Amino acid sequence: MTICMPALDTSVLVRRDRIIVALQRIVPGGVLTDPVTLRAYECDAFTAYRQLPMIVVLPETTAQVSAILRYCEEAKVKVVPRGSGTSLSGGALPLGDAVLLGMAKFNRILSVDYELGTAVVQPGVTNLAVTRAVEGKGFYYAPDPSSQIACSIGGNVAENSGGVHCLKYGLTTNNVLGVELVLMNGAVVRLGGNELESRGLDLLGVVVGSEGLLGVVTEVTVRILRTPAVVRALLIGFASVEQAGQCVAEVIAAGIIPAGMEMMDQPAVHAAEAFVHAGYPLDVKALLIVEVDGPQAECEHLIAEIKAIAAKNSAACVYISNSETERLKFWAGRKAAFPAVGDMAPDYLCMDGTIPRRCLPQVLHRIGELSTRYGLRVVNVFHAGDGNLHPLILYDASQPGELDRAEEFGSDILRLCVEVGGVLTGEHGVGIEKRDLMPVMFNEIDLAHQQRVKCAFDPSLLLNPGKVFPQLHRCAELGRVHVHGGKVPHPELPRF
Amino acid sequence: MPSPRQEAPADSRELEQIVRGASASRTPIEVRGGGSKRDIGYPDRDTVVVSTERFGGVIDYDPAELVLTVGAGMRLAEIEALLLSNRQMLAFEPCDFDGAGTSTIGGIIGAGLAGSRRVSAGNVRDHVLGFSAVSGRGEAFVAGGRVVKNVTGYDLSKLMCGSWGSLAVLTQVSLKVLPLPRTSLTLEILGLDDTQGIAAMTRALRSQAAVAAAAYVPAFAAQGSSTLLRLEGFGPSVQARARSLSDVLDQMTLQPLSVDQAAEKWSALRMGSLLQVTDTEVLWRVNVPATAAAGLCSSIRSLRGRFCADWGGHLLFVCLPAGLSADRMRSLVEKAGGHAMIQRAPRDYRALAPALHPERPGVAELALRVKAGFDPANILDPHRFTERLA
Repeated sequence: MTICMPALDTSVLVRRDRIIVALQRIVPGGVLTDPVTLRAYECDAFTAYRQLPMIVVLPETTAQVSAILRYCEEAKVKVVPRGSGTSLSGGALPLGDAVLLGMAKFNRILSVDYELGTAVVQPGVTNLAVTRAVEGKGFYYAPDPSSQIACSIGGNVAENSGGVHCLKYGLTTNNVLGVELVLMNGAVVRLGGNELESRGLDLLGVVVGSEGLLGVVTEVTVRILRTPAVVRALLIGFASVEQAGQCVAEVIAAGIIPAGMEMMDQPAVHAAEAFVHAGYPLDVKALLIVEVDGPQAECEHLIAEIKAIAAKNSAACVYISNSETERLKFWAGRKAAFPAVGDMAPDYLCMDGTIPRRCLPQVLHRIGELSTRYGLRVVNVFHAGDGNLHPLILYDASQPGELDRAEEFGSDILRLCVEVGGVLTGEHGVGIEKRDLMPVMFNEIDLAHQQRVKCAFDPSLLLNPGKVFPQLHRCAELGRVHVHGGKVPHPELPRF
Repeated sequence: MPSPRQEAPADSRELEQIVRGASASRTPIEVRGGGSKRDIGYPDRDTVVVSTERFGGVIDYDPAELVLTVGAGMRLAEIEALLLSNRQMLAFEPCDFDGAGTSTIGGIIGAGLAGSRRVSAGNVRDHVLGFSAVSGRGEAFVAGGRVVKNVTGYDLSKLMCGSWGSLAVLTQVSLKVLPLPRTSLTLEILGLDDTQGIAAMTRALRSQAAVAAAAYVPAFAAQGSSTLLRLEGFGPSVQARARSLSDVLDQMTLQPLSVDQAAEKWSALRMGSLLQVTDTEVLWRVNVPATAAAGLCSSIRSLRGRFCADWGGHLLFVCLPAGLSADRMRSLVEKAGGHAMIQRAPRDYRALAPALHPERPGVAELALRVKAGFDPANILDPHRFTERLA
């Protein structure tokens, strides 16, 4: 357990009963205090770290959220917001001295405007539910994180979630037009709306992806798109990762932006095949799934072009979906990759770096070397179109020291991503998982500029503290941050 | 009034010194790229002009990565030529007010104004991946990255778009670029009235035809109205979508324009030159939900204004006599659920009305606190959009 959270504030813990009474007054019947019930909230999908919250409160209205936050700010009580708890980086990890603000009851779709192509939804609505609500009229919501059955739109806004189709359709930030946001002081503000251009500073742009540190979203306006007429996929096997990487580069160079372009390495192919029997070829070193969508004529044209590029790069096999069943079968293995890996080892860590695509063969080679050095197996799945790599590190938490080793291995992979010109996280967020690695990408001055945005929204630093920033300076101290000679500070410096 | 002092720092270290000096002496700074948008905002600001002209050049460009990193002072014309030679583009079609590409990329990001393809490709904000800058604190810092998918830290790149140089002076930017469409086809529908034109665009944009751009130019003097729908992509796909549009817009005649005709029409829209604004008139850039656009257009007609619509009606360029107050215009726009920027106006008009639409209550205070975080001494062009307090 190498990630430290802020020390418990005992002056808050002694007031727990009073805080409960105050919250019950704001949300009658919506306050959870019993340790057995609280257990359900002890972690998100980054399960290596767990902590019981002090109290859970489940508001139903914006007015209640506002009252809760105003009360907590006045009483100096920390608040951790939570959507569906599917974050892979610990963004919703509770704190022992904080109120956990569960947004699950905000589960209504408020309105849909098919002329404007927008839907106004509450933050607890699941990602998939938005598509379900509009698909009858031939529309859908484009961002599709793999957890879309469960993850909430509010959580998507916090994490700026992606998905396999964000290559063509963008991340959450490109598909959200406005939010209603409650600040830590209880103020309710509207950012964006139906307009396609911000009227002043683009505060919406910085709220999306702020990991619940700037405010609590109580309403979201999303863009909905017309469902494409046809969707088809190609499954292409290669005898080497280099060939697969070259094929991806040439598809892009040909001016094609597929709806999705996924790569799996051989261990991932084997794991997925054993798990769901998708019919994947087991003798290939890399497998690509390329999806195209649009009018029939476009799909046919693109399939022909991609097939030719694959052949030019000595593809070992090319399968083309001729039915929806077949297309879903191609995806079944990829979509089962995480649970399949879960079958191979008691525990795994899912990493999430992004690299320039050209560096893929080199990075996979170095990950292989690290795997040998750490004595831990690794399986790679890759959003190849946008360079987002998900190495899954297999370990056994019951073996002493193995989690630490897995974490070190993961950190080395992310440092490698930054070294080749990439970034620490493509879509899972910093949370607590990558918090202490932030200095690999940003120096203290860079981080101070980010943190002053935090101070503008939440000057008392009570909203989701301990996440994203390796050292949360008090706002008044930020003016003095100074780095000598541009030296990157060491992660072992004191935190909080 | 004396001509303003001008500085042209050679690198980020010199820029830091200049900003720190200005901060110490409380001298406001006006950041200038190509200067094509310098007449937006209050006139006669007593500032030191800091030019980004020496922050030019390509820093990193591997076309296969679809990412371009350049100095913030690089001119649009140079960037577009480079991208064109690799059959790529800035998909958001940056506004190019003088039509000669003298705008710098830093200025384009600062203004955050996209062109006609906004409805399909997104705004400027959707294409900025990361940057280096010197904030109002006189400190160089970076944010974002050079890859298309990145959620590491706050997305400060979005905050820079449309900040008009009020937070930081950009020195380097990384942009997402996209392949040029192989084929572009513009279909024109003649003779629709305002309501029909906007309704036709809405139907087209919400169809499966994946319309890249949609504009409506009402009848001026001798010409009839023109509704333009642009389709882009691979040839067979464009042809198929053109056929499907004819089905969606049955009863209407969709006339394909020649490549030259289409280029001329879209470029006139991009430059805002269609309305032929005179020196005694005000050109407004109005954001409004397309569903409220026809109503607003009718109010504008009754005020003897002229207009044309882009973005399927979400964006109106409106030309009104300077006799009509900014408050009156803005209250009309607000009733329609939108906001309006003064893009061009006589000097005395600009001296009286802020160019940017006032923020909503609550948001204004928040925006000021964000600004203060980057620029605590309030020296980055503080009076461009905010009235000088007496």
